[in-house]
Amino acid sequence: MKNKGTGNREQGTESLEMLVRRAIPRIDNDPEPPHDLWPALQARLNAQAPLSARLRSVPWFDWALAAGLAVFALTFPAAVPMLLYYL
Amino acid sequence: MASGAQIGAAQLEAREELEQFHSGNEAAFETLFRRHQRAVYGWILRIVRDPGVAEDLTIETFFRIHRAHARFDPARGFEPWARRIATHAALDWMRAQRPETATADEILVTVPAPREADPALTAEVRHRIALALGRLPPKLRVAALLAVVEERPQKEVADALGITIAAVKLRVFRAMRRLRTDLEHQGIRP
Repeated sequence: MKNKGTGNREQGTESLEMLVRRAIPRIDNDPEPPHDLWPALQARLNAQAPLSARLRSVPWFDWALAAGLAVFALTFPAAVPMLLYYL
Repeated sequence: MASGAQIGAAQLEAREELEQFHSGNEAAFETLFRRHQRAVYGWILRIVRDPGVAEDLTIETFFRIHRAHARFDPARGFEPWARRIATHAALDWMRAQRPETATADEILVTVPAPREADPALTAEVRHRIALALGRLPPKLRVAALLAVVEERPQKEVADALGITIAAVKLRVFRAMRRLRTDLEHQGIRP
């Protein structure tokens, strides 16, 4: 059996909880985020990805272009200053 | 109406998706994000009561989810796991704030779909109650917001916080005790 003090305390807690509910609006349905959060998440994931993962995400043709330039520079080293001049 | 076979196929597909996410499939992660971002955002908003912060924390939550994919157990479901990560992200954010920075405006958030507060209570009383709630330590504030204000089932709150139902009850009790003392100092007697 509950004693009088416990009963009063429980009643007091209930009335306080009721007051809080009356004062603070409840969020009934899950609101939609104001905009699509996927691009921001993707940017966050890319920024935090380890170097190896970031290198893997570089398109293959960028690698091909870099390799082509390296081969060109090694084959015709004298052409490098001219190439830099025109860049 | 969906037949039993269709429901079974849908469940199987969902389970496969969770397995794929668990093994690090990016497409499965994006599908899960698209399906659950609203629920996660809503859950966080109920805790932090600020749409801008809820957006940032939703991104943080899915970032943590992405990082922890290998630890995910597909048999236990995605949503409770996501809610737990979201709750901890929100708690970390609250701990990083100074207690007094939780303003009444945040607690009395104006987002689409909140219920109307009782018009019989004056704006001043509501403001004071919101401020007192904002002064609670983060652990107690989260328990009070979810269990008392949002009236979420105690089991759900316990799972989200990673504690027992008894511990949720204790936190709510302690939150109410502190709140009562704070309000009584301000001359408000519930």
